[in-house]
Order: sequence, then C-alpha cells, then structure tokens
Amino acid sequence: MDESRITGAAPPPRLDERLGRINWAQRLMMRPDSGAGVGVVLLLVFFAFAAAGSGMFAADGIMNWLHVSAELGVVSVPAALLMIAGEFDLSIGSMIGFSGMMAAIPAVYWGWPVWVAILFAFALSVALGWLDGYLVIRTRLPSFIVSLAFLFILRGLSLALSVMLTNQTIISGVNRAAKGDWLAPVFGGQIAQPVFVFLAHAHLIGTYRDGSPLVSGIPMVMIWWVIIAAVAHFVLSSTRFGNYIFAAGGDANAARSLGVPVARVKVILFAATAFCSALLGIAQVMEFGSAAADRGLDMEFEAIIAAVIGGSLLTGGYGSAIGACFGALIFGIAQQGIYFANWNNNWFRVFLGALLLIAVLFNTLIRRRVTGER
Amino acid sequence: MAQRIRLLFIAGLAALAFGLVSHTAAAAGQKLRFVFVSHAPDSDSWWNTVKNGIKVAAEQTGVEVEYRNPPNGDLATMARLIEQAAASHPDGIISTIADFNVIGKPLIDAVRRGIPVITVNSGTPEQSEEIGALMHIGQPDYTAGLLAGERAKKDGIHNFVCVNHYITNSASVERCAGFAKGLGIALGSQMIDSGTDPTVVESKVEAYLRANPKTEAVLALGPLSAIPTIAALKAMHMAGHIYFGTFDLSSEIVAGIKDGTVSWAIDQQPYLQGYLPVVFLANYDRYGVIPADKVILTGPGFVTKANVDLVEKYAGTYR
Repeated sequence: MDESRITGAAPPPRLDERLGRINWAQRLMMRPDSGAGVGVVLLLVFFAFAAAGSGMFAADGIMNWLHVSAELGVVSVPAALLMIAGEFDLSIGSMIGFSGMMAAIPAVYWGWPVWVAILFAFALSVALGWLDGYLVIRTRLPSFIVSLAFLFILRGLSLALSVMLTNQTIISGVNRAAKGDWLAPVFGGQIAQPVFVFLAHAHLIGTYRDGSPLVSGIPMVMIWWVIIAAVAHFVLSSTRFGNYIFAAGGDANAARSLGVPVARVKVILFAATAFCSALLGIAQVMEFGSAAADRGLDMEFEAIIAAVIGGSLLTGGYGSAIGACFGALIFGIAQQGIYFANWNNNWFRVFLGALLLIAVLFNTLIRRRVTGER
Repeated sequence: MAQRIRLLFIAGLAALAFGLVSHTAAAAGQKLRFVFVSHAPDSDSWWNTVKNGIKVAAEQTGVEVEYRNPPNGDLATMARLIEQAAASHPDGIISTIADFNVIGKPLIDAVRRGIPVITVNSGTPEQSEEIGALMHIGQPDYTAGLLAGERAKKDGIHNFVCVNHYITNSASVERCAGFAKGLGIALGSQMIDSGTDPTVVESKVEAYLRANPKTEAVLALGPLSAIPTIAALKAMHMAGHIYFGTFDLSSEIVAGIKDGTVSWAIDQQPYLQGYLPVVFLANYDRYGVIPADKVILTGPGFVTKANVDLVEKYAGTYR
C-alpha cells in the first residue's frame, strides 16, 4: 500500500495499479483474443511476402483459405465455449463424419426427402451430444475420456452402419437426391452470386474463359460461421447464460453454491457442439454430394488448437468466441499458405506445428505483458 | 526482456520471409510448374515410387512439380488442395480421382480455367472424360480385382478374406468386390477393416484366420496391409500353405514372393503413373503434342516367382 494515499498527502499521487487509468490500446490488448488478432495480421503480412505472386490474395485464392477457415471456425467456436465451461469434446471430428452419413443414407437409400434427412441427422447428432454431456455430468468422469469414447463409437458407427445398410463406405448420389430441395442449399449452396458476376464484369476478379467469375459465390458454410460466431459472442458477453459458462469453467463448486445450474450449462454446450459439428458434416455432404466415413478426421484437435490459439485456456474459465474465429483463420491461412508459398509437402506438418507454436507463444506473451500476469 | 524476445521474433520472421521471397523468385522464371495431387495419407509409402517417377520426369524435362496430399487422407481436404492448386495458376494439374463426387467439381473448374489436367491412379476413364482431362493413366481397380479373382479360381480357390487398409476409399472396396466376382461369390463379411497400424493389421488378420480356419485365400490391397499380413502368416505357420495374393509391390512383398509366402502380386507400375503425366504435360505445354489415346493402362501385371528376379532390384524405388 502506498503511503501517499493513506495520508492523502501532496503529489505525486501514485495510485494503486488496480485503480490506474488504462488507455484504449491497453484495454484492447487485454482481451483474450487480441493476441490471436495480431497473429492473423502478422501471418497475412508474412505470407504477403512468402507467397507473393502466387494467387493467394486473388479473389479465388482468398476464397480457398477462407473456406478452410470457415469449416474449422464452425466447430472451433462451440469448442471454445465448451472449453471456457471447463470441458472438452473430442468427438467433434467423428460427429462430422457420422452426421453426414446419417443425412446421406436416408436421402439416398431410403428415399426420404433430403430436408427430412437433414433434420433427422441434426436431431440424432444433438441427441448424441446431449447424451455425451449427460454421461460426463452423471459419471463425473473427465469429458476427455467420455468424448474420447464417443470419438471411436461414432467413427465406428459411421463405417459399420454404412457398410451394413449400403455395402459401401462412400454414399454417393446425394446431389441427385437434393436437386430442388429447399433445405439443402441452406447448408451446401452459395449466396451473393450476382455480386461476383458484377465484379467479374467490372474486371475486379478473374474469370473463366467463358467469362463467368472464378468465384461463383460465398459458400453457405462461411455465412454459418459468421452466424455461429456472432451468436456465441453475444451469449458469452451479454447474457446471463454467458456468465454461467465462465462461472462453470472457473470454479464449478463455487458456481454451484451460487446457484449456477452447472450441469445444465454443460449439457447444453455439449449439445450445441454436436449441433455445429453436424452442421459442418451436412454442409460438406451437400457441397460434395457424397458422404464418407472418414470425413472430419482430426478435426477435434484442430478445433481445440484453434480455440487455444484464440486465447481460451485449457483449464477453463477464460476465453472468447471471437478468439476462436481468429484461431480458425490462423489455421486456414497457415495451412493453405504453406501450399501457396510452394514449400515442400513433406515438411507440411513441421511448418504447421511451428507456426501454431509461434502463434500461441506470441499470444501468451502479449497477454502476460498487458495483464501483468506472471 | 519480453521486448527483446519480440524484436528477435519479428527479425526472425522477416528474415524467413525475405529468404523465401528470394527463393521463389529464383524458382520462377520460365520453368513450367505442375501440381500433382494425390489422395494418399502421409503414411502410405507406396507413393514413393510415384514420387520417384515424378522426380525423374521433372529432371529430364526441366519442369517443376509440386506433390501434394491430404496428410490424413481426408478427401474433403483433397478438394481444397485442388482448388488451391488451380488458384495458384500452374501450367498443369495431375490428380487422382479418389471419389468423383468430391474431386470432380474442383477438377472441372480447373479445366474451365484452361489448365491442362491429367488424371492418374484411381478413377475410371469415363470419370476422367467427364472432367475434361486430357487422359487417364492408371489401373482400373475393379478389373484388376476381377482378373485376380479369376486367376485364383483357376488355382482352385473358393473363398477368401480381403485385408482392406483403406476402407473409406471406394477404389479399395472395388478391388475386393472385383476379386469376389472373379471367384464367383458375393462380397459379404469377408472384408477386414484393418486400418494402417501394422501391429493392428497383424492381430486382426490373425484373429480372422483363427475364427475362420476354412479360409483358403488372403487378398491384401497394398504394402500397408500386405507386410503385416506376411508377418501374421509367418507367426501362425501358415506362410506358403495359404493362397496369398496382394496388390502392389514393395521390397517385403518381393521377398515374400521369393520365399513362397506370397503367391502373386499385382503390379500397376506406379512409376509410370508419376513419370508419364509429367512428360506428357511438359510436351503438351511446349509443343501441343499428346498421344491420342484417352486411356493408358499401366496395369494389371502379375509378378510371380517366375519373373520376380527382374523386379527385385528396383522394388520400392522404381517398381
């Protein structure tokens, strides 16, 4: 404690650091996602040099790495929320493959209308996500273990069911079935096509030889990414449920004694994660027109990595949805940028790992420096 | 302290960036640049032979070829790789058609941009034609399986087990299905989803053969399943007593043919699948010449004890 404050004596008045004024720049830097935001900018600058003239920053190049980021972002945002609440879901990747199968099999082999098949896949996935969360709460086992079990169960189920029901591991023909369906384009379609036709006419973006634009539209999965991120950010920062999430991950027992429905919060988040995984799985099936049992392989780790890069703590209680978006962006830019920069493919994982490590270190460095945390 | 670390970090990043810029600038110039996209996961060593073919062709024709693959074999990732390749304005794209639904559209888009495309390895000539590719170079999987099945039937085989290390690839399943058709039986539960971990493959094969002692033949789909299967058969003292055929070659498979463990191996000459498309594309880009054949079959050829010596020297590198 500073003596001058007690005596109320003359200048210089050195205030307690907690009462000190902080300027807007510091305030900005104190956010959990600021490090990742700076990382995105640095990475873009880096590849602007490293991949100069490669087409990475032409319209179609940007669309390429944004698409990869969007697909990861759709699952990294709920993964971040779940992580803030102190839990993991390792079944994200398997759920992507499983939900895609569950949408494709009824549509192709049972002749269901595609929109019914999509709703069926969503319902089944959310139910399984709920079960995952319920088991975590009831058994009090670490979610790491329970969702790890789900990782294997769901991956195995996708394979076993598809072979049992159709004798195939890739279900093709979804695009034929989905023709004219009203719900399928909401996940696998594109919007804003006229904008790109206009841009092509104005010679602002490249065209095919027949004059149609190289980028035909914005894939719906990008729109979903923005929607999910916006909703998650709003819930986290401006609602009671958002406070519950932080409380549940910070100290579950303390939160429980304060009347926070910890169990319900966590189960809802597990279901939400499953919902978003299913969304990605269905979006991929509708885009490609086929479902395969190995879709979404390793996505659970990528989602968690993106959340961590985005400033979420593995221990829970701290993090941000916007940060998870930045994390997904970093991942997408790094992954595709490595190809644009024309580096040797065999070194791909080394580069990716090093870039991720640098991103996380940088992130932590900034946070420690600004928050004065040691 | 933190400041210094940050300075160092930024300096390092800048140095790295400049190093790369000078590197890419040197590599540019007038050299033709092709991108080769395969579906194979990193763990699949069979593709080394294809890569060797690419390397030799690139050196001989003086072009630059970038080899790319989805690290874990996820075909959705492969589609993004093709889109990325097209966006980087290469002088040609060579790609496998692992699943036409997923890979078809990005390849068609590449053709629409005016990029010459050659398809290799898996996929059918019809799919290649639909994409608008210049040609398809490979071995039709179903036909290869069928011919192998007919050969086995002639050798007195009635049933088999298929060790499938890449069950999510429809081409793999077609090999098993073709073999079953050749034998004149239906493909039911006699396909093992073995995965790619050698110990797991070995134990799964052992478990299957113990549970189904009447199995007459084993079919492996490539080195990833064949090598652990050889070990399993040796451990169970069945090597040489059970009819064992496999797709593709490796030095272990060649040794197996020599000591009688492996009855035959189907060679699709992967070296040519890497070599030919690069040579064809280079000459197409430079002089506009390309063979009129839309399909070049590099297989199936059977390697047995009778002709194995010829193959042995280069197994795993050029064969």
